[in-house]
Amino acid sequence: MTDQPSRRPSGAEMLRVEHLQKTYRSAQGETEAIRDLTFEVRAGEMVCIVGPSGAGKTTLMRCISGLLPASGGEVTLEGRRVSGPPEGIAVVFQEYARSLFPWLTVRENVELPLKEMRLKKPERQRRVQESLDAVGLADVSDAYPWQLSGGMQQRVAIARAVACEPHILLMDEPFAAVDAQTRADLEDLVRQLWHRLGMTLLFVTHDIDESIYLGQRVLVLSGRPTVILEDVRIDLPDERDQIVTRSAPEFARLRTHIYDLVRKAKKGYRPELGDPESDVVTELT
Amino acid sequence: MVLGLPTVLVIVWWVTSERAESFYFPPLSEIVGLFGKTWFESDRITHDVLPSISRLLIAYGLALVIGVALGVAIGLSRALRAVTEPVLEFFRAVPPPVLVPVLMLFLGIGAPMKIWVIVFGTVWPILLNTIEGVRAFDEVLRDTVKSYRIGPRRRLGIILRGASPQIVTGARQALAIAVILMVLSEMFAANEGLGYTVVFFQRSFAIPEMWTGIIVLGLLGVILSLIFRLIERRLLFWYHGQRQSQRGGN
Repeated sequence: MTDQPSRRPSGAEMLRVEHLQKTYRSAQGETEAIRDLTFEVRAGEMVCIVGPSGAGKTTLMRCISGLLPASGGEVTLEGRRVSGPPEGIAVVFQEYARSLFPWLTVRENVELPLKEMRLKKPERQRRVQESLDAVGLADVSDAYPWQLSGGMQQRVAIARAVACEPHILLMDEPFAAVDAQTRADLEDLVRQLWHRLGMTLLFVTHDIDESIYLGQRVLVLSGRPTVILEDVRIDLPDERDQIVTRSAPEFARLRTHIYDLVRKAKKGYRPELGDPESDVVTELT
Repeated sequence: MVLGLPTVLVIVWWVTSERAESFYFPPLSEIVGLFGKTWFESDRITHDVLPSISRLLIAYGLALVIGVALGVAIGLSRALRAVTEPVLEFFRAVPPPVLVPVLMLFLGIGAPMKIWVIVFGTVWPILLNTIEGVRAFDEVLRDTVKSYRIGPRRRLGIILRGASPQIVTGARQALAIAVILMVLSEMFAANEGLGYTVVFFQRSFAIPEMWTGIIVLGLLGVILSLIFRLIERRLLFWYHGQRQSQRGGN
């Protein structure tokens, strides 16, 4: 029906970031945002990226989604080099209120990218209905985004992304601006959508607990210029629950570990420079 | 409430002018009495009013098309902005009335001259506001459009919609200027039109009739701005709704 390539089997390579480097050039000089990032995401995986503020998380997301050209290295999505916004990728931004079209209703917002994909009307209507059902917004489909609460607006943005049936969904601190209760609900929604739709998910956050709760892997970034401090495997049961999971001993252990890494990152710890506190140069393999 | 102050002003004018002896400020009752005779018992509507209004609307439409088209092009291209900015500042600073004699040389004294005088005066606020509106297009929305790979045609529609609050602001300023220039363009070398009629009455010392002309012009301005507001409400319902919900806190 679409000209998108069919989705890769679970476990195949989905996204590869190799020696990604990004330097911003301006009249004031150069700022190196990302020094050297290399990692891989397999099809069907849920990977979270966490790091101190200013760690270039958004820069990384923009490079992966083809919105920003890299200065060095490359991003490969499903075997094809990313040089502009690629097919099969959908992005959910932090600023939900600004990523929705205020002059379109909820339904029209979700439908717009589908029109661009040249889907037939019945197929579009089916997808809009299904994705709005999935995020629990079927009854407000004729409202305008600004008539909804923040959490609901972000649900619309998620529904719009999901309706495109992306192979990989990028979420850039999507819940940073909503209240705690809404945030917990949205986290569960994302887990549930990921399970149901079998897509690959890359989730950027500055919230360590959120990254552990959601992810199968957590990539911990250093401060600027950014490198990867550690690729932490999250060995928690697949079935997650806001109360049970968050009080599991393993959750506490992971949180302590990642907190420690992020705290070091804030103080300027970098693998190739060593820990400024210990004066010992650590070799990272 | 809306009609409160106008009613008071009309009553004050009526009462204070009732016993006026001045040749130049005749009683309002006399002006009103002459109104029907002056404007409806002759061919003034078809000969003066309608030609004036149609020139106004044609010129305003042209200014909108030119201003928005150029504004989008310039707003989207940094190179084009760098080249055009100083020139735009210069042309904007030229008072449109001085163009009347110049345009007369090229276009004569007919309708095209009058239309282009109005276009030249009204295009600036539309153009400059469109450029600003397109430039100020929200970055996140821009990223959204890009990442969903929205094609050029739909993208243009989205950009216009996003810039529409500013475009409307420019169009509102332009409307007021358009009425002024419509009158002005008819005061030089003309033989019909609203502006011409007012000047004609003044020169033939038909002072009450001249005042009726001024009232017609005022009414025209009010009606145009009412129509404008109706269209604006339709076009920008989302903008006002969004602002209201932001102020109310969500």
